[in-house]
Amino acid sequence: MSEFIQQLINGLALGSILALIALGYTMVYGILRFINFAHGDIFMLGAFAGFYLAPKVATVLPTPSIGSGLAVMGISMAICAGLGIVIERLAYRPLRSRPKLTVLITAIGVSLFLEYTGQFVFGAAPKKFPEIIPVYPIMKLGGLSVTSNQIIVLAVTLILLLALRFIVLKTKIGMAMRALAFNPEAAALMGINTDVVISFTFGLGSALAAAAGILFAVNYPAIDPLMGILPGLKAFVAAVLGGIGNLPGAALGGVIIGVTETLVAGYISSTYRDAIAFGILILILLIKPSGLLGKKEIEKV
Amino acid sequence: MLEIKNLTVGYGAIPALHGISLSVKAGSIVTLIGANGAGKTTTLKAVSGLLKVQSGEILYEGRNIANLPTHQIVKLGLSHVPEGRMIFTNLTVLENLQLGAYLQQDRQIIRRELEHAFSLFPRLLEREKQIAGTLSGGEQQMLAIGRALMSRPKLLLLDEPSLGLAPLLVKTIFEKIVEINRERGLTILLVEQNANLALEISHFGYVLETGKVVLSGDSAALRQNPQVKSAYLGG
Repeated sequence: MSEFIQQLINGLALGSILALIALGYTMVYGILRFINFAHGDIFMLGAFAGFYLAPKVATVLPTPSIGSGLAVMGISMAICAGLGIVIERLAYRPLRSRPKLTVLITAIGVSLFLEYTGQFVFGAAPKKFPEIIPVYPIMKLGGLSVTSNQIIVLAVTLILLLALRFIVLKTKIGMAMRALAFNPEAAALMGINTDVVISFTFGLGSALAAAAGILFAVNYPAIDPLMGILPGLKAFVAAVLGGIGNLPGAALGGVIIGVTETLVAGYISSTYRDAIAFGILILILLIKPSGLLGKKEIEKV
Repeated sequence: MLEIKNLTVGYGAIPALHGISLSVKAGSIVTLIGANGAGKTTTLKAVSGLLKVQSGEILYEGRNIANLPTHQIVKLGLSHVPEGRMIFTNLTVLENLQLGAYLQQDRQIIRRELEHAFSLFPRLLEREKQIAGTLSGGEQQMLAIGRALMSRPKLLLLDEPSLGLAPLLVKTIFEKIVEINRERGLTILLVEQNANLALEISHFGYVLETGKVVLSGDSAALRQNPQVKSAYLGG
């Protein structure tokens, strides 16, 4: 039993990271109805931003410490938010009135561009992510061992989810996001500058992906320019599983994928680890294509 | 207040308006009547920037607003109640009204406008916290008009406020439209299928046919016009 709970905790930590990435997919889909396949690469860039920032932050703040960890994460989130906004402005906005397929293919192009520019700039060999957060001794609770990193992942994710919830439900820009997701024409008639809201959405999603990148790198400290591909795809599956366009759905989907993956790797075989997410994708598309929390879209005739 | 000159608008290669011209005097209710596909909705959408203008001018208070982004046009004091109402059915009545005042920073003014909207349509106050999708068609129309007024417009564009409503409700809504015009001095450009009612409450009217203005005049005169009578007033 305690082994099961142990696996659950491990899965929850992984799932939190996937959830943070999945939110970006689902927010952009909710507003523009397209899948931003370059989103996984923002996750990678978040980790690399942290890699280059850490030594700079270390000259100002004692490292590793909670303060340095937060500083690195915060700056990396800001940088990636800016990047997300620039990518939307340069690559997607000119295609706004074109068929969705055009934008989708462009997103794949942007993704490849980021991955291989990353290899060119950062080098293809994996880099060791520096220690930015202190590692405390493993806590033993009964038969369970919980690392301080796992606690940090869970705590940061929870705080970010609450912050996102606050932004979307309680602020003016959040209300504009919901209006735009519901009906872009009606939103414009309210005086909402839809371009600004779209930029904000890309920035927000990219910042969350960057946070996920840092959390991932803290736990699995070897980073490389292609590291975003698999987590990106799994997070996309998580968004579809939860119901694409639905924020709580994306968080739930991430946790389910993370936990299932860890359980399968622990009890069956770690060979199947990466196949799980895609198996779930096939199942959900067969059984409930609208996702767990998604609403069925009524095709209007 | 609004002066449209030689406006041409199309959907892709298909033209919907062939150079129409019309004018709306401040303080008046002007109506566009005509059959389905005559270009009434297209005209309103072009004015509020939802459709691209191919040629011609839309002068609002002397300034050409053709092809300005919609949110800037709203800022200038123009509010559009679109066809089909476009209520945010996933949000509450209150949130819908608040979105109507999206550009307004002053909370005091927003509160006063809310009171206005509720006094105009007391039904909305009863349903304040309700999800707008649960409202009846008539209530949704009230909400759409109330929401459009929240931005304190100078010119209100109304697209088919009678659409899909029971006759009794249509009467209520039209009484409110007259009230808004009289008591707040709001200028109104009204698009309506129900030509009879539209000509009854308006001061001036334009008849549109396949993207052209074929007739215009004082509403009272148009009602007596034999052409209008036989084509739009049912005898």
